[in-house]
Amino acid sequence: MRAFAPIAVAVGLLAAVPLITASNVVLNFLVVALLTALVGQGWNLLGGYGGQYSFGHAAFFGTGAYVTAILQVRYGVNAWLGFVIGIAAGAAVGTFIGALSFRSGLKGSYFALVTLAFAEVLRIIASVAPITGAGVGTLIKLDLRPEALQFQSRVPFYWIILGLVAVSLLIIRIIQDSRFGAYLVALRENEDAAKALGVNTTLVKLGAMTVSAAIAAAGGCFYAQYFLFLDAGIAYGPWISIEALLAPIVGGIGTVFGPLIGSLVIKTLGELTKLVAGDAPGLDLVIYGCVLILIVAFAPNGVAGLLLKARRCFAVLKSLRSEQPHG
Amino acid sequence: MLSPAILVPAVLNGLMTGAVYALIALGLTLIYGVLHIINFAHGALLTAAMFAAFYAYKVLGLDPYLAAVPLTVLFFGLGYALQRFVIGPASHGEDRNILLVTLGLAVLIENALLFTFRADTRTINLPYAFDVIEVGTAFLAVPRVIAFAVVIVMALALWLFMRWTDTGKAIRAVAKEKLGAELSGIDVNHIYAVTFGLGTMCVALAACLLIPTYYVNPTAGNAFVLIAFTIVVLGGMGSVAGALIAGLFVGVVESLSGLYLGESLGQIGIFVMFILVLLFCPSGLFGERA
Repeated sequence: MRAFAPIAVAVGLLAAVPLITASNVVLNFLVVALLTALVGQGWNLLGGYGGQYSFGHAAFFGTGAYVTAILQVRYGVNAWLGFVIGIAAGAAVGTFIGALSFRSGLKGSYFALVTLAFAEVLRIIASVAPITGAGVGTLIKLDLRPEALQFQSRVPFYWIILGLVAVSLLIIRIIQDSRFGAYLVALRENEDAAKALGVNTTLVKLGAMTVSAAIAAAGGCFYAQYFLFLDAGIAYGPWISIEALLAPIVGGIGTVFGPLIGSLVIKTLGELTKLVAGDAPGLDLVIYGCVLILIVAFAPNGVAGLLLKARRCFAVLKSLRSEQPHG
Repeated sequence: MLSPAILVPAVLNGLMTGAVYALIALGLTLIYGVLHIINFAHGALLTAAMFAAFYAYKVLGLDPYLAAVPLTVLFFGLGYALQRFVIGPASHGEDRNILLVTLGLAVLIENALLFTFRADTRTINLPYAFDVIEVGTAFLAVPRVIAFAVVIVMALALWLFMRWTDTGKAIRAVAKEKLGAELSGIDVNHIYAVTFGLGTMCVALAACLLIPTYYVNPTAGNAFVLIAFTIVVLGGMGSVAGALIAGLFVGVVESLSGLYLGESLGQIGIFVMFILVLLFCPSGLFGERA
């Protein structure tokens, strides 16, 4: 149980926020940050643990979002059920893309390219297909009842996204300690060696991709319910693919808390930029681009790695000081 | 439907467009062939070059074809500096990191352009932009014929450069065997940067060829680069001749599918082709290995 203590503490702290403040600005900021953390956690499983860098997690996010929205708007399906089906649909898209690309042995740049291309194809299709509302977009009707997964206040949404993030943290923590997780890390470090030791790398990657896509799709489903509006550029837009990989890389790639830390950092940076420069288009992404390069260059293990390093430096300093004779 | 009067102009126009695609792909494939990375910042650099060409005309009154000379030099320097001082040191020699750094650069450049110039679409009006040349039954726009000719000359020049100059030989040596090249005294980091510079130079030239007939906005380059990725994969990663042939081929396919299927479906057609090639033939038509 000790393994889950940090998760319980982190989620407990975050859960206390609505008890302290009722500010919509704070809650909205945290909801969006947690949403990024969730999608980033999905990316982290495949990219951080498995070493397969996807540049197209928007494909899963958008599918979850669109399936939830379209089921409600066009087929009158209950929102909660739609949410679950949305996650399943996202996972299915992940399995499909994964099966195609891992079976043909795509990795590295090729894998990044093919995921990017799939997200783009879906974006183009969504921007012309009548079922998605094409250029107009899809609007979920306002229906503020818990049964319709819509709430007057932001607090219930906050609980829901926090719950989803908590589940994703647990999933990653459990996978990390499991045989499956060990296979995944093994193939990240050396795929041929893992294969030689009898790991079915294709199957392991496919499993990771499916879970990863499901987590990202859950983010998409939540996005649809929270904002009640989708168009192709939002759901399948490159921004979500970038944030999905940025959060874990900034926070600490291949760590349980990386995506959560990273999303809080980048979202805070984004808000600070807005405070300083006003709502200028593109400036937050300029910052993100710089942050991405700087992190890769100077802190390959992200903020989590920096904290560890700082702690170690501190310990060394302390021991040095205590060893020094007085006077 | 299949009368030569429609088909021939479509094919010729496709070849003209394909030539510019090929030039962009040439830059991409050159970088891939030597550094073994996909430069995700290629599109953003193309957009930046298009803005540069646009303002060279608007502010300095420089004709895009004249602006091509200083701009190619400038972008060679830019590409050289990017690889030498940003991508190389930042990625610590790991492929995964290079992917992320070039992606970061792409996001950075594209949004810096968006921040500076906003999302407005800009065009320039050249007096000769709508002149046409009659070839048999086909009317070809003068800027596109010029573009086609320039690309062919550029490809030839590049081939001669790679074949006969010391730097060209060094580039080929590094592409084949990095360690061996280093042992025989070649400065690999310099060669990497030169290659990146050459790739960026191709993009600057392509921008100057595009701007007379195309528009520019902060995402203008992306459409071309996804096509260029397709071409690079189709032609075989790192193969210069492959990029040229595949570029012309894709141009014709796009022109014909646009004729029969309409604009937006034609775009999907290219992507579908891209995904299929990546999945079933990742070494491409002319590539040596996956």
